[in-house]
Amino acid sequence: MPAYFHLLAPCVGLEGWLCSVRFLFRPPLIVPVRLRIILLFGFDVSLTFQRLPISPSSLTLLDRVKLDELGLVRALQAGDEQVFSAVMDWYSGSLMRLALSFVPSRAVAEEVVQETWMGVFESIHRFERRSSFQTWLFRILTNRAKTRGIRESRYQPVGLSASLGDTDEGPSLEDSLFVTEGSRMGHWKDPPDVWEPDTPERVLLSKECRATIEQAIESLPATQRQVIILRDIEGVGSEEVCNILEISETNQRVLLHRARTRVRRELSPYIQGDNT
Amino acid sequence: MDTNLKHKLMRYMAGNFSCQEIAQLITDYLDGSLTLGDRVRFHMHLGLCFACRNYLGQMKYTIETLRQLPPDPIPQHVKEELLERFRTWKQRQPQPSVKPEIE
Ligand SMILES: [Zn+2]
Repeated sequence: MPAYFHLLAPCVGLEGWLCSVRFLFRPPLIVPVRLRIILLFGFDVSLTFQRLPISPSSLTLLDRVKLDELGLVRALQAGDEQVFSAVMDWYSGSLMRLALSFVPSRAVAEEVVQETWMGVFESIHRFERRSSFQTWLFRILTNRAKTRGIRESRYQPVGLSASLGDTDEGPSLEDSLFVTEGSRMGHWKDPPDVWEPDTPERVLLSKECRATIEQAIESLPATQRQVIILRDIEGVGSEEVCNILEISETNQRVLLHRARTRVRRELSPYIQGDNT
Repeated sequence: MDTNLKHKLMRYMAGNFSCQEIAQLITDYLDGSLTLGDRVRFHMHLGLCFACRNYLGQMKYTIETLRQLPPDPIPQHVKEELLERFRTWKQRQPQPSVKPEIE
């Protein structure tokens, strides 16, 4: 069962803002949330205002289509070229990033993205809205990329690489942050500081910082990379990620945790060095 | 307060979660997959330990940064090619009808 259901989301509120109301069974993972009321234990209602990635004046009919998934799917099913072109602009970058984690080169990844879009127009009529459009898209890409990766013979199937231990075996990264013996065992060697010199938006304005994070992600083992891309960068829910990558919930969480820990470590000198 | 005593007190109060364990459980915590007992212990530790609070904050900050990481746009030639294929595909089926749903 999905962890949340949208009640009134998405609907276009103020010009240039996306306003949505969600009922959650769990507190939201990321907090774009401005207003959040905890009703009962484990339930909350959140009212979210997100700035749209476009300027208010350019909020065209097409932009509104993106916010209305049913409309988007119908337009694609009807073969609307304008909508298709816009959808490609919205999602191709994300697809490319995910494709690169499966195949060895940019050229092959580009082909995989192309094949994915071909798959989309061939099977959009069968899209049942059991999952979100985005999830469906990622699933098509994953299937194509896996097939392609095997053909390129550099890719190890997910199950295999996980059991070989490139992903969830061995000491975890955070172990080095702790005292390992004596009476202070399990305590921080060097207690972490507060990170709030700058908001993530501002930090990401720096090309160097973006490159650092991209590099950290690229250097992760393939499955960790896929999980962190889907969960954190694309914001896909954990159940859907397990579904897309065909891994277990527990394995997914271990992989995600390792990947996040790694990215935090890479980001750390950048944020601290910048402000002290 | 003597730090050793403070740590002892903390371990007692926090039901034996060490800072290291807290760090390892952060993703489980954020995903809401801790048991109720562990969740309570997690909160108790956080209430007593500024270092772990900061670390949790850093992890949340990392996640938020990732969420806002913009993708590179695809090259124009790839897009042109796709639109071309889209048109060809559309011509082949002038009247798109909803096929029976197979999965
Ligand atoms: Zn602690």
